Amino acid sequence: MYNQKVMDYFLKPINMGDMPDADGVGEVGNVVCGDVMHLFIRVGKNPAGKEVIADVKFKTLGCVAAIATSSIATELAKGKTLEQAMAMTNQDVVRELGGLPPVKVHCSVLAVDALKMAIYDYLKKQGRPIPEKLEKEAQRIRKDTENAEAHTHPHVE
Amino acid sequence: MEVYLDHAATTPIHPEVLVAMQPYFTEQFGNASSLHKWGREARKAVDLAREQIADKLNIMCREVIFTSGGTEANNWAIKGVAFTREASGLKGHIITQKTEHDCVLNACKWLESRGFAVTYLDVDEFGMVNPEDLKSAIRPETFLVTIMHANNEIGTVQPLKEIGQVIKTANPAILFHTDACQSFTKEPLNLKDLNLDLITINSHKIYGPKGVGALVVKQGTKLVPLLHGGGHEFGHRSGTINVHGIMGFGKAVSLASPEKNRHMQTLRDHLIKRVLAEIPGALLNGHPTQRLVNNTNFSFPGVEGEALLLRLDAHGIAASTGSACSSNTLEASHTMMAIGRKPELAHASIRMSLGWENTLEQMDYVVEVLKDEVKQLRSMSATWRRE
Repeated sequence: MYNQKVMDYFLKPINMGDMPDADGVGEVGNVVCGDVMHLFIRVGKNPAGKEVIADVKFKTLGCVAAIATSSIATELAKGKTLEQAMAMTNQDVVRELGGLPPVKVHCSVLAVDALKMAIYDYLKKQGRPIPEKLEKEAQRIRKDTENAEAHTHPHVE
Repeated sequence: MEVYLDHAATTPIHPEVLVAMQPYFTEQFGNASSLHKWGREARKAVDLAREQIADKLNIMCREVIFTSGGTEANNWAIKGVAFTREASGLKGHIITQKTEHDCVLNACKWLESRGFAVTYLDVDEFGMVNPEDLKSAIRPETFLVTIMHANNEIGTVQPLKEIGQVIKTANPAILFHTDACQSFTKEPLNLKDLNLDLITINSHKIYGPKGVGALVVKQGTKLVPLLHGGGHEFGHRSGTINVHGIMGFGKAVSLASPEKNRHMQTLRDHLIKRVLAEIPGALLNGHPTQRLVNNTNFSFPGVEGEALLLRLDAHGIAASTGSACSSNTLEASHTMMAIGRKPELAHASIRMSLGWENTLEQMDYVVEVLKDEVKQLRSMSATWRRE
């Protein structure tokens, strides 16, 4: 079902752990749908003076795909400018992993959403304006979380 | 070390079963319906297997009707009885319960779409049906009650005796069916004592081959066939007889024994005791005592089932999970939800089902791996707080 690269990232996840003094934290998913992801970023500056993701960590409660996608998403995000990181899509994550089973592709959305929410949190904490696109994304992500809670129900009523 | 703990999914074929089956693939390949020597040899094998199974259940040979497995037998029991109602221009009411196997639930749902009424009884936190609930669900038009003997996920054994009494006291004409796929040869099962009319059994959970099962049909029970054809199996189920499969099924039944059941129960109790004592927060799903001899099912809060399953797999241990992430529908197990487990605990469930060949050393190895992997997954979990 899962390819070797996915299994490698699941069994030995990179960037897993806490970051107590994080500049931004993204918390997405919920226990009802089964996946909860916390993503932490530290923001620094590159030689050109642009803000970049200097360090990134994650903690995930979730299945193999949730853990593997969070790990590789942090790896992809590291070193990127905030603009580049915000532009990352779940397709980037899936491609980097060499594919996911169709039923698991939604897990990759969670990882990218967590990253966006961490950047959102950083900008908010800094008292900086939120780009219109990111504001819209944040609204969608919050809505998705609520919907996931509403959708889970037993087979038989 | 390799430890297979998914016997509730399927077992290997026992070497003696394989030996018993082998001649029927090659030399004794005849069609059991043929009159010549080849056919007669095949027929003899089928008769022997039927007798072995009938003996185990203390019933007549003619009451054992071979099928392609448990799913067919359950579908046939439910639809076959319902079709006898339709044939006389009636619909009516069926009673079942919420933790049945999907093949029972989906057969019932399909009948609902054809105008039948179905009641899905609730179960308690251990997965147990309350016979009193059943009593109040019975209506004048109720014609079938189907309640599984033991649950495939959590191993809870239903009080079939009380249920049978409630049914037949209310109305002796109501037929009583049980899906005994998980319990056959592991729990006492007697048609008469339990007031049963129909029992589903199968082969590949008891060291026999896949693709063969049976519906036990109490003599005189009216049932419309699902498969029409040459009138095999006393006119109940047409189709060329699966001689080697049936031969293996019979042999497997003859190998089952109280000693093997006791062995599995010892391992089960050891595993449950150690896991609950040594893994913080571990919960047992299912009934503490009214439970299949080979079933264990735990939830580990802060750990998702599929992730744990594949961590165990990396250590050579086979288990299964009720987590939504392991299913194509992405819904948590209906059994876990029916016993009132919160979604996060339903997603965290792991079933380890034991077999004859498992050992105490294997159980200890499994506990050590579990302890370590649960700890690791919790350390990366976003929701688990360190004690």
